[in-house]
Amino acid sequence: MNPLQGLGAWTLTVLRGWGHAAIFFVDLLRALPASLRRFGLVITQVHAIGNRSLLIILASGLAVGFVLALQMYYALVTYGAAESLGLIVNLSLVRELGPVVTALLFAGRAGTSLTAEIGLMKAGEQIAAMELMAIDPRQRVLAPRFIGGIISMPLLAILFSTVGILGAWVVAVGLIGIDAGNFWSIQQNGVDVWRDVGNGVVKSAVFGVICTAVALYQGYETEATPEGVAYATTRTVVISSLAVLGMDFVLTALMFSTPR
Amino acid sequence: MSRRTTEILVGLFVMLGLVALVFVSLKAANLTSFSIGSATYPLSARFDNIGGLKARAPVRSAGVVVGRITGISLDPKSFQGVVTMEIERGYQFPKDTSAKILTAGLLGDQYIGLEPGGEVDNLAPGTTITQTQSAVVLENLIGQFLFNKAAEAGSGQKP
Repeated sequence: MNPLQGLGAWTLTVLRGWGHAAIFFVDLLRALPASLRRFGLVITQVHAIGNRSLLIILASGLAVGFVLALQMYYALVTYGAAESLGLIVNLSLVRELGPVVTALLFAGRAGTSLTAEIGLMKAGEQIAAMELMAIDPRQRVLAPRFIGGIISMPLLAILFSTVGILGAWVVAVGLIGIDAGNFWSIQQNGVDVWRDVGNGVVKSAVFGVICTAVALYQGYETEATPEGVAYATTRTVVISSLAVLGMDFVLTALMFSTPR
Repeated sequence: MSRRTTEILVGLFVMLGLVALVFVSLKAANLTSFSIGSATYPLSARFDNIGGLKARAPVRSAGVVVGRITGISLDPKSFQGVVTMEIERGYQFPKDTSAKILTAGLLGDQYIGLEPGGEVDNLAPGTTITQTQSAVVLENLIGQFLFNKAAEAGSGQKP
């Protein structure tokens, strides 16, 4: 095989992969209305994806809030601006860390379990059995999980930010001794509900779509063997994390590039 | 786990998320201070130099926040900076009110200070404040200082 042929074959493989994923995504979107009619399935999935991720998200948020407040204090106190500690922690959590770190944890905690679950359903030929019974597995299996992920992710991200801000409050007011009134009023002056909080929520919703769609695709297209499922689970974490980080750059550039 | 328990737990989770959103919006962001739809009226003012004034900076009178700056633009004819602001409807100012660009602290943010005059009539919504004092630009101050020093030296040293 000459190099030219190799290049061509590689290009075609990549394009075929992208086309396959795009068709899967469109099919998934088409299956959404049907699953909304059976909302009980979605609730079960919100429980599996959202509620079960709550503990790790809250613990991480608290830890990030603590550490961020301690670290920022050392930098700010040099300039006599220790009062703005709350503002810096708030903005970095609400705009960036909340959505991004939650999405990374979400990919590791919920994404992998989605991929493994669907991959094993496929390996156990449950998906094929559904098709034989004329049940569309996209409507019955994939769509409720997709909606569940999209509902859970923004809620988890805002909880992460809130717990982080509360953690920063504990460190700033309790440990360092910054005035509590100043801590909150500087935040209220500097943080805009629509521009900062709203855009953070939009970001986390986009990340929810990305993470859940990648996890479902990897699970649905996995090779129906134990190795295949293991491989797909790994790929879910790697692809969702990279996609989230890349998409975060694009969204940040779109949302926050213009100065106030 | 029974269906009922699952539903209650999910309800709890969603509630918790919404409470967090409300908490961040009210306690840690500016939803309470100025939200969309609160009763305000527009004013504008022309400055020769706006310095480092930014949109969304506060408008204060006697130190009390009475409004916010909504936009800054350059008048293409007079080459003056036009600052538009929204003032809370509860605060009315006399017609001969003057506007200054001030700085909070030594290195703080710049804001507009309104100094009320003595007229009986109030500023109507949409009018332009013409009595203004521009921002203090450090380079101009230094230039003026050097110029005065040079003038003093040139006029000969008098006792």
